[in-house]
Formats: sequence, C-alpha cells, structure tokens
Amino acid sequence: MATAGTNQRQAKLVLLGDMGAGKSSLVLRFTKGQFFDYQESTIGAAFLTQTLSVNDTTIKFEIWDTAGQERYHSLAPMYYRGAAAAIIVYDITNPDSFTRAKKWVQELQSQGSSSLVMALAGNKADLEAKRSTKPEEAQAYAEENGLFFMETSAKTSQNVMELFYEIAKRLPKLQPAAQPAGISFSERSAPPASKSSMCCV
Amino acid sequence: MDEEYDVIVLGTGLKECILSGLLSVDRLKVLHMDRNDYYGGASASLTLNQLWAKYRGTEKPPASLGSNREYNVDLVPKFMMANGTLVRVLIHTDVTKYLSFKAVDGSFVYKQGKIYKVPATDVEALKSPLMGLFEKRRARKFFIYVQDYEEKEPRTHEGMNLRAVKTKELFAKFGIEENTIDFIGHALALHRDDDYLNQPAYDTVMKVKLYAESLARFAGGSPYIYPLYGLGELPQAFARLSAVYGGTYMLAKPDCKVEFDESGKAVGVTSEGETARAKKIVCDPSYLPNKVKKVGKVVRAICIMSHPIPDTNDAQSVQVILPQKQLNRKSDVYVFCCSFSHNVAPKGKYIAFVSTEVETDNPERELEAGLRLLGPIDEKIIDTYERFKPVNESSLDNCFISESYDPTTHFETTVADVLQMYKGITGKELDLSVDLSHASAAEE
Repeated sequence: MATAGTNQRQAKLVLLGDMGAGKSSLVLRFTKGQFFDYQESTIGAAFLTQTLSVNDTTIKFEIWDTAGQERYHSLAPMYYRGAAAAIIVYDITNPDSFTRAKKWVQELQSQGSSSLVMALAGNKADLEAKRSTKPEEAQAYAEENGLFFMETSAKTSQNVMELFYEIAKRLPKLQPAAQPAGISFSERSAPPASKSSMCCV
Repeated sequence: MDEEYDVIVLGTGLKECILSGLLSVDRLKVLHMDRNDYYGGASASLTLNQLWAKYRGTEKPPASLGSNREYNVDLVPKFMMANGTLVRVLIHTDVTKYLSFKAVDGSFVYKQGKIYKVPATDVEALKSPLMGLFEKRRARKFFIYVQDYEEKEPRTHEGMNLRAVKTKELFAKFGIEENTIDFIGHALALHRDDDYLNQPAYDTVMKVKLYAESLARFAGGSPYIYPLYGLGELPQAFARLSAVYGGTYMLAKPDCKVEFDESGKAVGVTSEGETARAKKIVCDPSYLPNKVKKVGKVVRAICIMSHPIPDTNDAQSVQVILPQKQLNRKSDVYVFCCSFSHNVAPKGKYIAFVSTEVETDNPERELEAGLRLLGPIDEKIIDTYERFKPVNESSLDNCFISESYDPTTHFETTVADVLQMYKGITGKELDLSVDLSHASAAEE
C-alpha cells in the first residue's frame, strides 16, 4: 500500500488490554480491512505485519497480539522486549476494561523501554448507547500518563488508520537500537513445491 | 479452569515449553501452569535482584554490579550447536522469529593446566599447539576421514563398519594419542565420560561431523550460538508458540496437585480449589516427586566478573571443557562464559559458570580447576542441585516426566529427552528433517 520512502524502518508494536476489548479486531481491521462480529481468539498468528508511509519514512509494523496470555496475567517479558510502540485497548462500554487498561499502562511503564510510544484506544466507539467511559475521562488519564488517546471502532473502522498513523508519526526519528544486531534465522524463499507446509502468518 | 484438556503441562522449563508448543501445534488442547510467577522454572534466566533473592536472602546486590534489569543470569547455562537438534526444532516450529542469536566467540579445551582452542578440522589440526608434530598429522588424517565419511558411500568407510567397530579401535587405527582422544571425545563429540570408547564409533564420528559443520556455519570461533538476553528467552518463545496455537497459560499457581483415579491413572490437576481434567500430564520432576529418583547432583559456581576469561583472546562468550581424565575425575568440568555482548549483563560485565557432576563430599573443591581459569571474580555464588529421573510407567499412569538438566554446556541431551517424551505422549516421531540451508542466518 505504501510507496517506498527513502527511509525504511521496522517497529515492533504490542497490544495490551482485556480479553474482548477488541485488540485482535483492531489489528485485523488495520492489516486486512476486515471485521467479524464474533472474532475467535486468534489462533496461529504469531504476529502480523503492515507497512505505513509517513512523510519520507516507510515503517513496517510488526504487530504482536497477546495470544490469550493476558487472560491469567502470564505475558512473558519477551513480549515487551524491543517494543517501539504499544496500544492499550479498552472497551468504552465496559468500565472494568478501562480500570484494567490503567494496570496495563503501569505494567508497561515498569517493563517497557522509556522511549516507548503508548496509545490508549477506547474501542467499540460505535456502541455509543452502551457507553460507560466518557472520552474526557480517558483523555485526562492519557495526558497525565504520557499516552495519546483516540476512540476507535474496529467495526466501522472509525479512527483505526488514524491511530496507526499517529503512532508512526510519533516514533522517534532515529530509533535507538532496540534489538542489537544478531543472527536471525529467516526462511529463505524456497520453491513452493519443495517447501513443507509451514503454518501461520 | 474447571475444564477438560487433552494435556496439562506443569512447569515452564524449556523442555515443558517445547512440548507444550509442539502439542498445541498438533491441535491438542493444552493447559500450561507454573507455581512460579515467572517463565522458565529450572531453566529461567534471572535478573540480578531475582538472583540475590534466590541465593543471598535479604542482602541487596552491590551497586558496583550495575543495573538489575540488564542481567539475565541463566540457571542452566548452555550453548546451542549451530546445526544441532535444538536449532532444528526452532526452525521446524518457526519459533526462530521471536528470537535473535549471536555466535559464541570461542571453544576451548583444558590440557595439563592450560587451555587451547579446540581444533575441529584437518587445517586447524595442523595449526594447533595442542599436539606435537607427528600427532598433528595423525589427527589431520582422522579429521579428513570424518569429514569424508558418508554412511551411504562405502568407499568413504575405508573398510570399517562404524556401526560395529568400537570408537577406541577407530582411534587406534589412526594411531591417535590419549590426550588427543581426550579432546576429540569430550570437546568435539561432547561425551561426558569415557563409555563411548567401547561403543560403536558411528555415534562419535557423527558428533564430530556435527561440531565441524556447526563451526563452518557462521564462520565464528566456535560451533555454538546463544540467544540475546539469555536462555530464558527460549521457554518464553515456545510458550508463545503454544499460546498462539490456543494453549492456556497460568503462572503463579500454587500447589498444582496431580489427581489420580483408583487405578492410579492421572486424571487432572488441582490448584486453589479448582480441578482441571486432562488425559495426560506432562511435568518436570519437582511436580511429581514420588515418581522420580535421584540420579546425581550438580555443583556450579555462578561468577560475575569484570573481564573476559584469560587466554581466550578476550572472548566475550566462550566454552571451556575440562575433560575428566585431565583432572583425575569421572566426569568433565564445564566452564561457560557470556557477557554484555549477548545482553545478559551490563557493559563490561561477564557471567561465568563452572559446573560438574558432584563426585565427592566437598563439591566446591571439585570446581577448583575451572575456577582457577577465570582470574579475579567480583561475586561468586556456589549452588548444588539434585538431578532426578522418572521411574514411572507412562502407559500405566498417564504421566510424562522430564529429566533434570545435566551439567553439560550444550543442548543435545536436553532435546533428546524432549523428543523421546513427545514420542511417548503422541505415539509418533517428530520429523525434524528440516532443510537447514533453507534457514539462512541473516545478519540483521
């Protein structure tokens, strides 16, 4: 989708928030333009990638979903390691999910890097009639804690692109080396016929 | 958690996490629990504060050691052979994408009080000060034989059936001296004692080949690689694989009591008053202490230093093997050192481990020869742990228990245990015939 900019950058982005707040739906809307009313818990997707161009920079987001490990608070330190950005998602119709979003922000502040770009997303903005968290309240919390805030709807796609664009714009121009250079084993593109079916992504 | 699962896994050590990942990928419904609030169990990597809490009680780590969170101190330090089975498992499961590795700088062997770079090829044999002039030539011939050997090509066998010929007979044919046999058997083939000399030579030849091929892989100073941020990343990565395929994770679950029916078959696990049912239980020895027996004891020194190990060309990561015969022991002593270059310590700091199988009443003394190689040590922690082996019959009780980690500084034995357990649990072999050349090592 993006025309190649002069600078190419990779950025790990992690999602946090309660089960059912719509983390996977936001990613699916952003990466594939899809939405399902009954989104199954994500199976088999290690992470999704999507490229965005901001000014003269092309950013390849490597988006990590929690894979359900948030359910019993068993997210591994590896999840936060090297993350350049995080989206903390809550459901505007569920007050508990907003309370827990604040816990995730605390967790990030202790585990993540200090240059992390943090976004607070009040999802399910299409369900105005059932709203329990006012945007003013979330906005005030976000400002106090150094996050930027947007209300989104993965269902109508309201503000979804905007959310990721805003993150891309806020990423530090020169990313401090999050991952020091190392060997990574990458699958060389092999002829399809000879390649055994590898799952995922 | 009051649900029914195909398998409940207890403990998030590396072996349990690999199994959990493989079983979830096989579409089995997996519940994975740990009594600790962190991943890794006996194979975790600890921060400085966690390390001090474990071994020094209420004492705080000295400020001179630097930032707590920059430390990732392995509880079971091991390197990965670049072409070894763990790398095959990582590629097979695609878990490599969560991890980043760096080659290990050096591989050394101890002989008569000094350490030498381990020669692994005919060319290196000729250059090595480890051997005299004539011995170099004999070793060179041996290495050429090993490099050329292909089981399917009888012309490379030179008339020997390696499945029948004993290893010591193969060495005798090349006229290899005892000191050379020592380093080939222990530092290249990574045998832990001398039993292999009376076993068929095939296994040793394949192991020496693996070492040489791994060495060639990244053109580093050793055949080993090691993950950035320490080995604790490995269980986390496999746990993520399991979760991505639907595995459920619960940490900080006290008790985790395995429940049995009248016939002695495991039927589930109870924790905090709730019982999850399952057809099979996979765990480390600490969760079923009545079904394991003690098979040995490991002693290790965890040392924090401000310099690389002397005489290793300033290697920032290195393995030194001290073969048992050199120390008049029954088992080898292993030295493992890693540093800030692998993100396991702050800049300028090195973490060295000396470990061995306990043979006497004074385990700390058994480490002396290894500790002497290190030079000045800032902080030293001595620890012993008992090793256990399962004694149950899995077909009768539905329990699959891993063995404790051995003191070797590599993963070959670890993965062998995992593969055997996988076969026991699923009834099928894990096909690891991945094409290693497909996974090229891309320097980022």
